[in-house]
Amino acid sequence: MGLRWLGWAVVAAVALALPQVLPLYFTHLVLLTMIYGLSAMSLDLLAGYTGLTSFGHAAYFGAAAYTVGILTTQHRVPPALAFPAGVAAAAALAAVYGLLATRAVGVYFLIITLALGMGTWGLAYRWSSVTGGDNGLPGIPPLELGLPWSTSDPKHLYYLILVIFCLAAFLLYRLVRSPFGLSLRGIRESEGRMRMLGYNTWLHRYVAFVVAGTFAGLAGSLYAFYNRFVSPPDLHIAASAEAVLMVILGGAGTLFGPLVGAGIVVFLRNLVSAYTHRWMLILGVVFVLTVMYAPQGVAGGARALWARWRGRAVTPPVAGPGKEPVAER
Amino acid sequence: MQFWLTQLLNGLSFAALLFLLASGLTLIFGLMRIVNIAHGSYYLLGAYVALTVVQATESFLAAALAGSLTVAAVGVVMQRAFLSRFYRAEQAQVLLTMGFSFIFADLALWIWGGDPHRLPTPRALAGSVDLGLTFFPTYRLAVIGVGVLVALFLWLLQERTRLGAVVRAAVDDQEMARGLGIHVDPVLTGMFAVGAALAGFGGVMGGPFLGVYPGVDSEVLPLAFAVVIIGGLGSLKGALVGSVLVGVLDNLGKALFPELSYFTLFVPMAIVLAIRPTGLFGRA
Repeated sequence: MGLRWLGWAVVAAVALALPQVLPLYFTHLVLLTMIYGLSAMSLDLLAGYTGLTSFGHAAYFGAAAYTVGILTTQHRVPPALAFPAGVAAAAALAAVYGLLATRAVGVYFLIITLALGMGTWGLAYRWSSVTGGDNGLPGIPPLELGLPWSTSDPKHLYYLILVIFCLAAFLLYRLVRSPFGLSLRGIRESEGRMRMLGYNTWLHRYVAFVVAGTFAGLAGSLYAFYNRFVSPPDLHIAASAEAVLMVILGGAGTLFGPLVGAGIVVFLRNLVSAYTHRWMLILGVVFVLTVMYAPQGVAGGARALWARWRGRAVTPPVAGPGKEPVAER
Repeated sequence: MQFWLTQLLNGLSFAALLFLLASGLTLIFGLMRIVNIAHGSYYLLGAYVALTVVQATESFLAAALAGSLTVAAVGVVMQRAFLSRFYRAEQAQVLLTMGFSFIFADLALWIWGGDPHRLPTPRALAGSVDLGLTFFPTYRLAVIGVGVLVALFLWLLQERTRLGAVVRAAVDDQEMARGLGIHVDPVLTGMFAVGAALAGFGGVMGGPFLGVYPGVDSEVLPLAFAVVIIGGLGSLKGALVGSVLVGVLDNLGKALFPELSYFTLFVPMAIVLAIRPTGLFGRA
């Protein structure tokens, strides 16, 4: 127990010291990691804990970001109101889409979330008079919440986002360890058995869907105020797929794994962009390599390598929790 | 009246294109349970390859052949070397095809650049036809005809040939088909190639009126998905009905609510899903 507290104290100290020690650019990357990480963690609630992989998660992130963008740039709503409005919009969208998606499970769930995500992207892309179409919405104001310190200083903004991230992560942590979180895992393992035990499994899946969308919305609201610009790529299927990649890279069904996955993607993208314009190509290759060699994430992949090096039998790779093992044919 | 007829015909010509895409998507899903995100890339690649060939040879027919066959070859490599190793692991397959769609999109941007192109209309099909009430481009009428022919061909293939019987057996119970001594694997690869070729051919056929440009892959893919979700995954009949529905509705949406056109499609999809989660002709 003492060791665990020590670990958390080290993490907290590093998080607090970061913007003081590291250059601004790294602080920026860490902030992006937190924002995308929160979105990926919320997706993990569905993909990892409930066994429902949504391929349209960027829709809720984007709905919140666009709500913030539209309210602040076109209606001059103050940030303190636009911020929760973005989260509420994401929750409302997830509540509607969830009704359609959670009627299905497995591959049908996957394809329905995919299609709904693509439709939402289409709305952002084509509804130019409201969303700015292809040009997006520039000129979103900074996140002034009426706090005594100004958030136009990037260091102050870092601490504000850090606090919001930690609160959200704590809530998610409590959620996955609550009886509700345990029933989600039960549904992932065997929905039929849970239903037999008297659980309303549909309601559990639906609530998980809406909660995941809401937390993605929180990340989206933060993103809009941090980036101060939203555009259709923010809710493209590529963004949804990146969120799934973050979950898998970090390890599905672990709360902080997706944060690590987000860090890998954010840092890799910035590293690659320094040398070449072919990020999409590299990202595609990362997808293929991950599926082929690290379906259980970097930790799982490293463990498999280690076991092979030690000459032990390698446990067969599994395509995410609750799924059938990957069979060689 | 003239407005509605033009819209209907526009919608039907678009529906024919969608059918070329969606029939392959639904065939591949029905046989292999693969949700192929790279299907939009096949459309894109088909159109780009045709563009290069038509510029070199000035023959639309050669371009159509080259576009379809190249994409079929790409599909065979994807299926044999990658997807067949992940049978029934749907999440892995989606991520894999997603990765390929990024790779293809970026390679196409690298090779053909970012400018929009348009395939030339074949000379024999230039101009328009007098339909009494209105004039309509000959090429678009021809696209409708091609769509009908392909649908007929696929239906005959599936219902009237030995190969079709094998395909139906593999859809119903692949293990049993294997147990009966049917070589299922070459059939799977072959049907994957047919599905990919149809999508590539769709890109060629759409080239003269929709054009080809970076991003067209992710514009047609949602429509193809809407078609198979409405029609039911794995059902050819569903792909046909869904294509007509989505094609016509999309055109009406574009004419009546241009800004919401994309989204108007998802309303019928939502209604179908609410009543029948597996689509009109789908099976659970």
